[in-house]
Formats: sequence, structure tokens, C-alpha cells
Amino acid sequence: MDIIEAANKQALERLLGADPVLVDVIPAIDAIPALGEGCKILHAGPPITWDRMCGPMRGAIAGIAVFEGWAYDLDEAMTRAANGDYEFHPNHHFDAVGPMTGMTTRSQPLMVVENRTYGNRAYCAINEGLGKVMRFGGNDATVLAKLAWLRDVLGPMMAEALRSGDGIKLKNLIARGLTMGDEMHQRNVACSGLLLRELSPALARVSKDNIALSEALAFMGSNDQFFLNVAMAAGKSIMDPLRDIENCSIVTAMSRNGTDFGIRVSGTGDRWFTAPVEMPEGLYFPGFSEADANPDMGDSTIVETIGLGGFAMGAAPAVAGFVGAGAASDAANFTRSMREITYAENPEWSIPGMDYAGVPTGIDIRRVVETGLAPTINTGIAHREPGIGQVGAGVVKAPMACFTDALRVFAHQVGVA
Amino acid sequence: MTGDIKLVNTSKPISKPNDLLEQTPVIINVGLEEFSEEMQTRGVKVIHVDWRPPAGGDAELADLLSRLGS
Repeated sequence: MDIIEAANKQALERLLGADPVLVDVIPAIDAIPALGEGCKILHAGPPITWDRMCGPMRGAIAGIAVFEGWAYDLDEAMTRAANGDYEFHPNHHFDAVGPMTGMTTRSQPLMVVENRTYGNRAYCAINEGLGKVMRFGGNDATVLAKLAWLRDVLGPMMAEALRSGDGIKLKNLIARGLTMGDEMHQRNVACSGLLLRELSPALARVSKDNIALSEALAFMGSNDQFFLNVAMAAGKSIMDPLRDIENCSIVTAMSRNGTDFGIRVSGTGDRWFTAPVEMPEGLYFPGFSEADANPDMGDSTIVETIGLGGFAMGAAPAVAGFVGAGAASDAANFTRSMREITYAENPEWSIPGMDYAGVPTGIDIRRVVETGLAPTINTGIAHREPGIGQVGAGVVKAPMACFTDALRVFAHQVGVA
Repeated sequence: MTGDIKLVNTSKPISKPNDLLEQTPVIINVGLEEFSEEMQTRGVKVIHVDWRPPAGGDAELADLLSRLGS
């Protein structure tokens, strides 16, 4: 239909024309003033109530409630959460995203990515590093101490460094990362290094405490996934201007909360289409197995929505082995199959090993339903019990029911059903 | 791959039906991959085309897709 083609073309122009820039780190309450009202906890994925939340999501909520001073200990936090003392909302409803459990509350520092073409901003917390961390449901004293360090030391230091310049332009940085073997979901080694290279002179210039500076640089330099949260905020800032384009069949968000997978489509506005989330297939850390795994979760699928992650697997053969997706030579096949469900390629984000093909861009729900090819997502795997953390990494498919449901509603709106 | 398939014959034309049985067959398998795998295990040269009907054969969804211009 011509009206859909015109709408999708407009969406693609907005997507490719985006200019995401990392400009600041600010307290969440300043970024999202609504967090100052009541005990609000933002989480990953589509909306969900406490009684349907998975173990790691409950664990993270208990931990962040203690961190914010809304409970004396984890047991009290669990009781209060079950009693309805805390409000739960998706990050996506407040211009934000968060990896895995995706906790966002008032006192956390949030990175700010501004889309300078359209003037909108998107937010994401700072990546906590590896091991036992809140995004995987960790909630003990070491996890909360790390969050306090991010709030009191690294966040303010990054903020001062970023404000001393004109921000860090992310589009070119991601383009370089793709040529260096990153796909920006399960492999962020190159982009984390490139970001550190851009940020460290300013950090050194603004820091008045050499020990704190050394710790900050060591933390960022030793965290291969540091850039993930930056890429997610960039993705959110890129996709938000595509919301609510009449007759547009392009997906604007994919997200999961450990229980449900949800998508939003431009032409159907901010409505979520949900289905039970699937279990990742992947590799497990020593001592863990599939029996320990929680179903998939996190807002990090925003990177697949902009053509990275599983869609850019061809740029990152090393990740195919890490997530158990097959041989390195199979990586390009994932990217080729995702091209069958997207509207176009992104000429500015190209993959050298695939003759500089652009990453598949703009998931079209019509193509997903027609081909039966569900979006491929690279993901971390959390333990199913609260408080334990990451146990592996793998690949998961978006549930087809999200797309068939969306197609029926979209067809009705367009007037053909 | 979904939808219509156009096949182009680039081999020599078969003049008589019996020629088909005397020449080494060139096989293109469309759809179920197991068929091509079976032939490969028997040493037959086969090209597999990954094809499936639109929307997995769901008539209602295929009709909607057709109306939506997919």
C-alpha cells in the first residue's frame, strides 16, 4: 500500500537522520521528575505487576528499595512490594531504558543521550560491571555499595567531564565499533575502549582526586560491557522520534520483563503487544546449566530495534561462539536472515566482513509475519532465583504472537480488516 | 524466502522424456530441507531453496498481508 510505504519511508528518514550524543550524567530525579512522587520503581519490559514478576526482577526490586531507604532490609522490601507500597512502571514510559531487570529510581545517576536532530533525550543507568550485579537480580551489600559508588563518585565525575566539552557523538563511534568486531549487545569491547579514549582526557582534567580517577578509569577499562548502556540510551533516543507515525509498520521498541516480551509499532502508538517471553539458548558459566536460567529480560533489545545486536552478528563473529549461536562463519547468516524482515540497510553502519553491507534496519511487522522469521536477540542469562546474578549468555527469538497481534490491530487501523 | 518463485532453466533442453533418466539429474529442492539432506546423503547434487508459504500458511494472516501490500 502506498500509504504504508510513504509512512515507512518517513520513519526510515528519521531513524537514519538521528544524531545521538552522550551529553551528561544526572540524578534520575532530575531527568524524570515523576520519580520524586511516591516510591516509584521503573523496570525493564512492558508493564507487569508484582505477583507476575520473575525471581531476579523481585530480587532487584528488593535491593533497590533498600538502596533508596524504602526498607530496612531485603525481607522488609519484599513484604512492602507485595503489599503495594511501591509503584512499578516500565522505563519506556519515561524516556528511559535499563538492561536486564532495568532498575531506575530517583537517586541513581542516569546517562543522558540527546538526539540533536530531533531534540529528544533518552536515559539509562551506568553499567555496573560484571559478576554479581543488580541488573541480573543481585542485591547484597556489595551490589548496593557499587551502586553507591556509581552515584557518589563515577556519576558526578562523568557528568563534569561531559559538561566540559560538547558531548560524545555516538553514531560514528558505533560505526567504528562495528568495524572492530562489536555488535553492541553481547560484545562492546571496542566501543567501551573508544568511549574511554574519548572520555579519559576530560576525566583527568576535571578530577581533583587521583585515587578516585584511577578507580574510575580502572572500572571502565575493565568492563567490556560498559558501552552497552550507552548504546541502549542511543537506541532509545533514535527510535522515540518514530513513535506515532500514522500507517507506519516499523517496530519502535522491543523489550522484556522476564515474564512477558513486548513490542511497540509506530502506527499503533504506545500500545504494547505482549506474549510470554522465551528461554534463551546459549552457553552457561561453569557450575550452571539451563535448569538455573530465567526467561529472557531487559530493555536492551532496543539495540536490535536499531539494527545492532543479533541483527549485526555478522560484524562480530566472536560473539557467535560466546552466545552459543554456532561457528564464527555462521554469524553472517544471522544478519542475512534479519535483512529479510527489515525495511532497509543502514549505510552508515556497515559490516566489513560482509562486503560493507549496512546493518538490517527498521523491523517491518509485515515482513516478520510473512516470513515467519522472528527477530534474533543476543542476550545475557540471569539465574532464576533472586540475588544470584548472571549464569550465561545466549540467543533468543522474539515471540511471533507479538507480531501477529500487532499486524491484526495495524490492519484494522489502516482500514483493511 | 516467501511468495512466488521463478525458476530459470539454464541447462540443455531435454529432447525426449527418456533423456531425463539417462542424464545426471540437477535437482532444486524447494521448502522442506530434509528432502535435500536425504538426497545429499545419497550423493545427489541438490540446491536447496529456503521457501515457506507466507505467514506459515495461515490463510487469515496471508489475506491481511496481501491487503497491506506486503
